[in-house]
Amino acid sequence: MNRREAIEKVTFLLGGAMTGSHAFLSSSFTFRGTRLLSEEQKALLNEIGETILPATDTPGAKEADVAAFMDVIVTDCYTPAEQRIFMEGISKLEEACRKAYGKKFGAISPALREKLLTDIDKEHIAYMAGKKSGDPVHYFRMFKELTLAGYFTSEAGATKFLKYNPAPGRYDGCTSEKPWY
Amino acid sequence: MKNNTYDAIVVGTGISGGWAAKELCEKGLKTLVLERGRNVRHIEDYDDMKAPWELPHRGRKTQEDIRLSPVQSGVYNFHETSKRFFVNDLDQPYEQVKPFEWARGYQVGGRSLIWGRQCYRRSDIDFEANARDGYGVDWPIRYKDIAPWYDYVEPFVGIAGSRDGLPHLPDGKFQPPMPMNCLEKYVAERVNKGFNGERLIIHGRTANLTRQIGTRGPCQYRAKCESGCSYGGYFSSVSATLPAAAATGNMTLRPFSVVKEVIYDKERKRAKGVRIVDSETLEEHEYYAKIIFLNASTLNTTLILLNSVSDTFPEGLGNGSGQIGHNLMDMPYGMGASGTFDGFKDKYTFGNRPTGIFVPRFRNIDEKTRTDKFLRGYTYQGGAGRGRIGWGDGVGVQLKERLAEAGSWSMSITAWGEHLPYYENKVTLDPVRKDKFGMPVLRIDCEFRENEKKLGEDAMNSAAEILEMGGLKNVTTYDRGKIPGSCIHETGTARMGKDPRTSVLNKWNQMHEVKNVFITDGSSVCSSSCIPGPSVTYMALTARAVDYAAEEMRKGNI
Repeated sequence: MNRREAIEKVTFLLGGAMTGSHAFLSSSFTFRGTRLLSEEQKALLNEIGETILPATDTPGAKEADVAAFMDVIVTDCYTPAEQRIFMEGISKLEEACRKAYGKKFGAISPALREKLLTDIDKEHIAYMAGKKSGDPVHYFRMFKELTLAGYFTSEAGATKFLKYNPAPGRYDGCTSEKPWY
Repeated sequence: MKNNTYDAIVVGTGISGGWAAKELCEKGLKTLVLERGRNVRHIEDYDDMKAPWELPHRGRKTQEDIRLSPVQSGVYNFHETSKRFFVNDLDQPYEQVKPFEWARGYQVGGRSLIWGRQCYRRSDIDFEANARDGYGVDWPIRYKDIAPWYDYVEPFVGIAGSRDGLPHLPDGKFQPPMPMNCLEKYVAERVNKGFNGERLIIHGRTANLTRQIGTRGPCQYRAKCESGCSYGGYFSSVSATLPAAAATGNMTLRPFSVVKEVIYDKERKRAKGVRIVDSETLEEHEYYAKIIFLNASTLNTTLILLNSVSDTFPEGLGNGSGQIGHNLMDMPYGMGASGTFDGFKDKYTFGNRPTGIFVPRFRNIDEKTRTDKFLRGYTYQGGAGRGRIGWGDGVGVQLKERLAEAGSWSMSITAWGEHLPYYENKVTLDPVRKDKFGMPVLRIDCEFRENEKKLGEDAMNSAAEILEMGGLKNVTTYDRGKIPGSCIHETGTARMGKDPRTSVLNKWNQMHEVKNVFITDGSSVCSSSCIPGPSVTYMALTARAVDYAAEEMRKGNI
């Protein structure tokens, strides 16, 4: 059975609903095979995320499950070169942690995690400032960018930290009220 | 044969095809509307009501998207919920003799689902431009010919805009404009005064509804238009013209129909119908009608014409002039400036406005504004705004708090310029290569030249002058280096004109040589103009051409 026959068969089964079947078959739904991140790596990335954006009176990055978002984006949206930087970044961060505190990131206190990531953030800022075009980005740029993006587009981040408004209904170009917070 | 015969055939369902369908059906003509892509139903087939967290990639495009659609994925509004309205480039190849970004949407509604929605009338400085400087051929119409048809289409479209009383940017039948924000108002006042009215900032004119029309709209200020709008907040063929056509009971819509050629009847010197290939079954069918409207979009209309060869027209249907495929224009754009503003620290914006501000043309509109540096002119679109900072140094609670802070106000304006009609900018058919439907592959050979370059440089520098006059600080200029096609205003390859020896269509968008074929998409125009939003002009030309065609049919002339 070739593709056309398959479509016709589906059409027949659906009672002639060609539009729906075709829309499904032809639109660019991405086949998602194996994800890149292991459960262990995701647990670590949620802890890293939580250190970057901790729970306060609003949810933190862990509640928003930014690691699941990172897994999807790194697998589907990153180039192979970017994926390599990201995956090696996980090892580099653990290595930096071991060097500084003799333990894995998961085993040190929240205060030390913040200290470690503050140091790595500074290192990353210095690197990015001196980076020439064509040089790879710093892995921590990816961790931080994906944590922020994943958090603000999550239900927890968008509705509890930001004031998610699916249909504002009007435009006020000069309001005194901060619209997102 | 009887079942395949209609009064009229419309090829294409985008902006102009939708209008042709509506007007023909409302005149009582049984009309077959052919669309090469799948059907798209208003509301049901949109992805706009999903929250970001309901989208697997939260809106981002994937590597697979980029692989399948290397050109489309670079279009500014291609993302997770709009990508269904762009073609798969691998599946639908074309050749770039020179770099050319060809944005395409093959479905019912065409690119009207993903268009930029800006709508500006052209004026006589546009219609007289070719005659004045000698590039291209003179338009066979003037503003007075098209003005009543702008009047006719605008209230149905629903265009939000201001009336500004400018001769070179005529006012229309608009709904109330979407308001400017505090910085835009401030800058507009300073600019309008500072340049003594020579350079102006006015409201953008956009096909987003500020007032409800029937079941459409009003706009909910989500700025998600390109995903389709379940509120019907913007005009598209799917939300507006095709439902109106269907409501008459006179329309037969046939998706999956790739038109291969127009069939010519040598005896009667008329087109007899069209031959299509069904994109699903790959079977060929013929359909017949008294009149045919080609609205397949500029380049695909051209492809159909060039592929319609016969003894009479060995170089393509109605191509005695040899002009079909030539004089391709887009618009040079992407040059501009941006700056920041220190004030309004306690003011913010609420809602996502799907339009901005507009700077009408101020070069070469009269003797006083004439420049020797280049011909014709440019306009700007832009806007001011203020958002969350969104990024910051460090990690932890202090970062999280900082991310809720507002950044400073900023504003940018970006130029849209005129592209002169050059005969050498052209599309031709690959003599060998065919697509999977047996259609020759289009070769696009188009470039910007010295005039476009000089105009762009002036536009970039003038943008900075305007923002500085407006009181902005840290003003920097940019040139996005846009290649032809990326403005998505491709036009000119089956132009109108007074002389059949140098043009393809007469002043009614009727083929000089085949009187029952009308072409009212972008291929029909004689100049690109520097007014963005060509679509409303295609709409007006379409309604005008249908009115003429129906009258000619009634008289028995076609």
